[in-house]
Amino acid sequence: MAFLDIKQINKRFGTQQVVCDMDIAIERGEFVTFLGPSGCGKTTVLRMIAGFEAPTAGAICVGGQDITAQSPQKRGIGIVFQNYALFPNLTVEQNIGFGLKVRKLPRREIAAKVAEVLRLVELNGKEGHYPHELSGGQRQRVALARALVVEPKILLLDEPLSALDARIRKNLREQIRDIQRRLQLTTVFVTHDQEEALTMSDRIYVMNQGKVEQHGTAEEIYTQPETEFVARFMGNYNLLKAEEAHQLLGLQIDGHMAIRPESIHVLSAGSHELGTFEGVIRRHQLLGGVIRYQVESRGVALWVDRLNRNVADLLPVGASVRLQISDDDMRVVR
Amino acid sequence: MTRTTSRIGAWIAMIVGSLYFLLPLAATFLFSLKMRRDALSFDAYKVVLTDPQFQATFGYSTLMAVLTIVSGIVLVAPTAFWIQLKLPRLRAVVEFITLLPLVIPAIVIVFGYLKMYNSSAWLPLTAHERSTDFLLVASYVTLSLPYLYRSIDTGLRAVDVRGLTEAAQSLGAGWGGILLKVILPNVKSAILSGAFLTFAVVIGEFTMASLLSRPAFGPYLQLIGANRAYEPAALAIIAFLVTWASMGLIQVFARNGRAKRKAA
Ligand SMILES: Nc1ncnc2c1ncn2[C@@H]1O[C@H](COP(=O)(O)OP(=O)(O)OP(=O)(O)O)[C@@H](O)[C@H]1O
Ligand SMILES: [Mg+2]
Repeated sequence: MAFLDIKQINKRFGTQQVVCDMDIAIERGEFVTFLGPSGCGKTTVLRMIAGFEAPTAGAICVGGQDITAQSPQKRGIGIVFQNYALFPNLTVEQNIGFGLKVRKLPRREIAAKVAEVLRLVELNGKEGHYPHELSGGQRQRVALARALVVEPKILLLDEPLSALDARIRKNLREQIRDIQRRLQLTTVFVTHDQEEALTMSDRIYVMNQGKVEQHGTAEEIYTQPETEFVARFMGNYNLLKAEEAHQLLGLQIDGHMAIRPESIHVLSAGSHELGTFEGVIRRHQLLGGVIRYQVESRGVALWVDRLNRNVADLLPVGASVRLQISDDDMRVVR
Repeated sequence: MTRTTSRIGAWIAMIVGSLYFLLPLAATFLFSLKMRRDALSFDAYKVVLTDPQFQATFGYSTLMAVLTIVSGIVLVAPTAFWIQLKLPRLRAVVEFITLLPLVIPAIVIVFGYLKMYNSSAWLPLTAHERSTDFLLVASYVTLSLPYLYRSIDTGLRAVDVRGLTEAAQSLGAGWGGILLKVILPNVKSAILSGAFLTFAVVIGEFTMASLLSRPAFGPYLQLIGANRAYEPAALAIIAFLVTWASMGLIQVFARNGRAKRKAA
């Protein structure tokens, strides 16, 4: 049995079914991400794990013990909220020490633990500041420190980075992952950002409309999407309808054909290798390290990525090219 | 053009309003200084302030006000907190209930009390002085509900009650700890404004105290007013100053609260 085991969990608000028969299993020390669009129920599941919302049906077990009916106070599960929820009347030090004070630890011990975790999140020197005197990134790290210092069994992070700008977000991402590894902390991370999910997670649960759409390692989710939704959500997949797939590749399929832009090879117009087909460049976008072309072939528009090595690589709009896709890179999805 | 006219209009309205309000006050003040026949003096104030009756009733009313404030906060703060957190749909109902004392005259309430709690009733609260005091405080809590509930509720709305509560819960804090250490400190200024407003209401209250025949400041004011010439004017000014000091303190705390929130 997994460390955090969620079985057939359901949540209804009135008549609205928000979470539907979800099964989630997370091992000790794992970093797992819930990924899904806004409103798919990620926060609701997290709140049920933390104990703020009672499931309509189903069970939540931690370490083999059913905690479904336990109050949040007793669960020993730490949570970091998207909007920080720091206590505005307390200093950084008092915020972080709050949970230890509740546990009635001696003052000396509290001070020592707070100092240690402050070092961990690199906030030493800010002890006496109030939350309103800190930047967004610093506040988020205080919130993280406050949750970490009580040594929770599980750490829940609800879109902790979405209110921050891109640079700080990347830094903090690495910092969180680093700390998580060092403490071997079982962590559930919620995001709607696929890049964030891919870079941080051991495993990902992709959610859609209150259901688990697919779960697996970041690598699996990205390269082997099982449904159209996952392929669409993971980014830039070319998704061909059955008739488009027939038109372009002469294949009869059920569902959609998913092809990653980077798996399509661009050959020069003169080549006549087997299994290639021709196309015309309609548009291009510079994405930094890669250039993304829109190529039209047999009436179907495809996105194709090429590494941006030098200026000579750039193919002009209107140029004819030949494309090649190996069979392994064509995935039929539901 | 229209702007200057409207501004002039506003000024005229202001001046007329202020005169309407300040003239009687100035007249009362002037009159209160005229106790000595030949010169202006503070004699009336001296008489009033040294009157043992004044000291006793004012002290009594202050005590009642403090008790009212404490019980009011104990009653209202957790209620408003719980409604904000768990029962937001009940807010309109509770707001309506807290407004009832403004609609139902005090005299109706107090006759209700006298009927319910007279010395031959099932619960004869008016039979003893101390239990009558208890009844008086209870009635003052009722009277102050509109002010206390409103200011505390407004204070709570400016705070992320749910987020802070859940953060504290996940750190292991119980309900008492959450209320005392997390919620109350963040609505301190709102609670203080409610408290001063309550003080201002209770200190001059007449109907309840008089009909329950308790030695409060309100009935004393009335008694002096009916029997003396200059002292009532002095008392009116004193009562006025007490009220305005309360109002001033509300302003101070409200501004502090706002400044802090803006910074946060
Ligand atoms: N307390 C509630 N009462 C009624 N409906 C709710 C409540 N909380 C959430 N919902 C509904 O449940 C659905 C899922 O909400 P949830 O907050 O779990 O989504 P989410 O995946 O976290 O989205 P986001 O990425 O926007 O945070 C939404 O349609 C929301 O309206
Ligand atoms: Mg959410």
